Amino acid sequence: MEVSTARRTGLVLIVFACSSLLHGSRGENSPKPTGSVTLLPPIVPDDGPQAFPDAEKANMPVFTMDYPRIQIPFEITMWILLASFAKIGFHVYNKITVWVPESCLLITIGLIVGAIMHSVHEEPPAVLNSNVFFLYLLPPIVLDSAYFMPTRPLFENIGTVLWFAVVGTLWNSIGIGMSLFAICQIEAFGVQDINLQENLLFAAIISAVDPVAVLSVFEDVSVNEQLYIVVFGECLFNDAVTVVLYNMFNFVAEMPVVEPVDVFLGVARFFVVGLGGMGFGILFGFTAAFTTRFTSRVREIEPLFIFMYSYLAYLVAELFSISSIMAIVTCALTMKYYVEENVSQRSCTTIRHVVKMLGSISETLIFFFLGVVTITTEHEWNWGYILFTLLFAFVWRGLGVLVLTQIINPFRTIPFNMKDQFGLAYGGLRGAISFALAFTLPENIGRKQLFITATIAVILFTVFLQGISIRPLIEFINVRRTNRNLDTINVEVHCRLMEHTMAGIEDLCGQWSHFYWKDKFMKFNNRILRKILIRDNRAESSIVALYKKLELQSAMEILDTVSGDISAAPSVVCLSEDKKGSAKPRKKFLAPDLKSMHEILSKNMYKIRQRTVAYTTKHALPNESQSREILIRRHASIRRSIRPGSFQSSTPSKSHKYFSLPAGKNLDSKFPPVRQSDTDDQETMSEAAYPSRHSRSVQPVRSSSSSRAMMPLRRLDTLTEVHSVDMVDESSGQDRGRPGRGTSRTNSASGDPQIPVRHRHGDNESGSADRSAEEEQRPSLAPPSWAVEPRDEAARNPLLRRPQWNSKV
Amino acid sequence: MGSRASTLLRDEEIEEIKKETGFSNPQSLDFQKIPELAINPLGDRIINAFFPVGEDQVNFRGFMQTLAHFRPIEDNEKSKNAAVSEPLNSRTNKLLFAFRLYDLDRDDKISRDELLQVLRMMVGVNISDDQLGSIADRTIQEADTNGDNSISFTEFIKVLEKVDVEQKMSIRFLH
Repeated sequence: MEVSTARRTGLVLIVFACSSLLHGSRGENSPKPTGSVTLLPPIVPDDGPQAFPDAEKANMPVFTMDYPRIQIPFEITMWILLASFAKIGFHVYNKITVWVPESCLLITIGLIVGAIMHSVHEEPPAVLNSNVFFLYLLPPIVLDSAYFMPTRPLFENIGTVLWFAVVGTLWNSIGIGMSLFAICQIEAFGVQDINLQENLLFAAIISAVDPVAVLSVFEDVSVNEQLYIVVFGECLFNDAVTVVLYNMFNFVAEMPVVEPVDVFLGVARFFVVGLGGMGFGILFGFTAAFTTRFTSRVREIEPLFIFMYSYLAYLVAELFSISSIMAIVTCALTMKYYVEENVSQRSCTTIRHVVKMLGSISETLIFFFLGVVTITTEHEWNWGYILFTLLFAFVWRGLGVLVLTQIINPFRTIPFNMKDQFGLAYGGLRGAISFALAFTLPENIGRKQLFITATIAVILFTVFLQGISIRPLIEFINVRRTNRNLDTINVEVHCRLMEHTMAGIEDLCGQWSHFYWKDKFMKFNNRILRKILIRDNRAESSIVALYKKLELQSAMEILDTVSGDISAAPSVVCLSEDKKGSAKPRKKFLAPDLKSMHEILSKNMYKIRQRTVAYTTKHALPNESQSREILIRRHASIRRSIRPGSFQSSTPSKSHKYFSLPAGKNLDSKFPPVRQSDTDDQETMSEAAYPSRHSRSVQPVRSSSSSRAMMPLRRLDTLTEVHSVDMVDESSGQDRGRPGRGTSRTNSASGDPQIPVRHRHGDNESGSADRSAEEEQRPSLAPPSWAVEPRDEAARNPLLRRPQWNSKV
Repeated sequence: MGSRASTLLRDEEIEEIKKETGFSNPQSLDFQKIPELAINPLGDRIINAFFPVGEDQVNFRGFMQTLAHFRPIEDNEKSKNAAVSEPLNSRTNKLLFAFRLYDLDRDDKISRDELLQVLRMMVGVNISDDQLGSIADRTIQEADTNGDNSISFTEFIKVLEKVDVEQKMSIRFLH
């Protein structure tokens, strides 16, 4: 019981300590209007200034409250919670988010809250100033966007992206600035005191397309990948230009005279800013990658490095007043590839989730505060100026996109058509960056309030109007241009087939067509960078790595489903069902049937490999479930084929679903031999020697493959399984061949990730399944194995003896 | 791909390939290395389509011939090659490529089973067999004109007559 008394006294002491601290602090804080409720303190003898000297007697405080102490963190937390509740609320009413992007809703809520606060004469939270915005709220969003940016399309389009970012922003700013200046000359609007520099400054602020706003709007509009990358890349990279222009015009606005030298210096500064930003980013990216090389013992803090290094890149860039957004973007891009190879699976997941979460919070807060601050700042409204600003922003963007596209289209492999250009122009939303920049305008600009008001007006206009209307417009244009005729089911299915095919062929060609620089970079990467930055440089093929990852996550599921299926008793019923199916008289398909068919197909057919869809969902991680399903199926088909035929058969008709290739006679010859470079790969796997034998046995077997094409492939059923084992035995005469099935099963259970093997077994299965469907008289027992006539090979090379597996090679 | 087996192209071969496929500058792939194909629902079949019947490897020439199906159709080509056999990237040949993705046993007919298989590959796991079966039935019903319960190539062409196949099945290659 000493422990308990000790604890009790400890507790009492702590309470005392706390209360004394509270008393002390209370004395120092100025009472805030937001209500710091404090109970009158009973006197604690040895303490700070007594606020109420004539207080009551010394009683121990049982319950005290000290608001000012926790005020700031408390308010931050409450705001974040409030904004998040708003977000939850939106999704409860699903219909709203379909039509109105979240950013609009958040701004609206912010407006309401701001109105409430204004009506009770409350100050907006002091936490929102541009410093907070630029240092705390902006980096997570940019990191989020950069981390999940698809790198390959980005680099393929880098020319276009930079073109739009740099030249486009310049065009916009100068155009808007000039036209506004022209407007200012008109007396009627009463803004003649704004000179050219100030106009240009203002134009620079509002011509910056904002990644936050654009992303949150584009996530629902599924645009094609090219468009997405260009818009997205433009937002991120135009920061360099904006920073330079802003600083330049800021500097110049204070000077009475502008000299050509200044312009020249401005250009030089642009290069410093842009390249400097990228340089810092790359530097920090590599450092981060290098650091993670050594973190194998401290797995828990691995995610920390990612965040700290990116933030560091951002801050250092801010230190030198170079483009911090570019720094953090390049840092994330560089870092991601190497880090994801070095860190553990869990850290990888953690990083992704946390990045998403932080980005989400920041975005919510930004829009929310935008709404609040709109109400609470002082405004200066000037109809003419503001309306013309809106007009020019719109017009110049459209013109800019038009002209720039015309110039760059010949250089693009996939030119932009009018629809794309419209999307590009219309999707140029302004957002919070402009807003924060407006707030940091120096005070000596006479019309600062007007500028702020105008900026807010532009932002609200673009976000609300363009954000809400972009989706219907794009859909309208899409629909109008493509199919006017009613699709038959045929057309739908075949078109989807063609699209998948094209996606596959494109991927094929993408791998195949080497861009000179990319090739060089890959060589450099493999030779030097990987050795330095990646922990143990296992030369794994990406597909094996991908498979491994998915396998880890879904092992149990596979076992469950497969075993469930396999253990189903063989039934002739299924067969007869099949037969019955083909003999079914022509059904009459009614119109509602048709409609439901269309619906089923459109909802359930796999989408084409569209990287944009995955990456435009801002609020979800990239969705791998489709690829996972496909890979699981293939894996299931492999497992099924590997299990000894003595297990009851999976019914042929069911097995149809899973096998990607039913085959004719020459199924084994369909697949290329295992890639040579992966032999070491295979050897490191846990399987028995036979897979490696696959690769080595490539050469001799190939010649026999063509002959095999004509060979009747005998189907083994349950009874002959023993037979096959025998054959294997007698020909190889050693254990190498024999446990064929058994070992392979365990092998696959232990994770046989190889696609070639998988293919073969898939063939195996499906081929046999096909056969069995045709020959319905045969009992539908164990199908899935062939035995190629083994005799002739046995003579040639005992090594090749494995009937099914080897023959595939 | 049998990388060991493919030899360097000789000049005459290059010329021949140029003529046959229309590519202007051919040069020399392992299909399994392409991760995107593994998660493409039709990945296996696409790979399969490159290999001529009965072979287990494709040399570069065959590869190029298959890829040539996907060149965009240009107008001057049509007139130039009027005398020669139809270029590989004509509409009919493109459709033939797609047809062959269904029809693996090369009997020039898409049977109900073959259709079902492809459908199942393209559709998620949430569709029951019955539903899929009726979709397949409907497909055949729409297309089948001679009542043999399968889709022949001519029927296939007819069904897709309104679809802009030339544009759908073309890639702009770099050269």
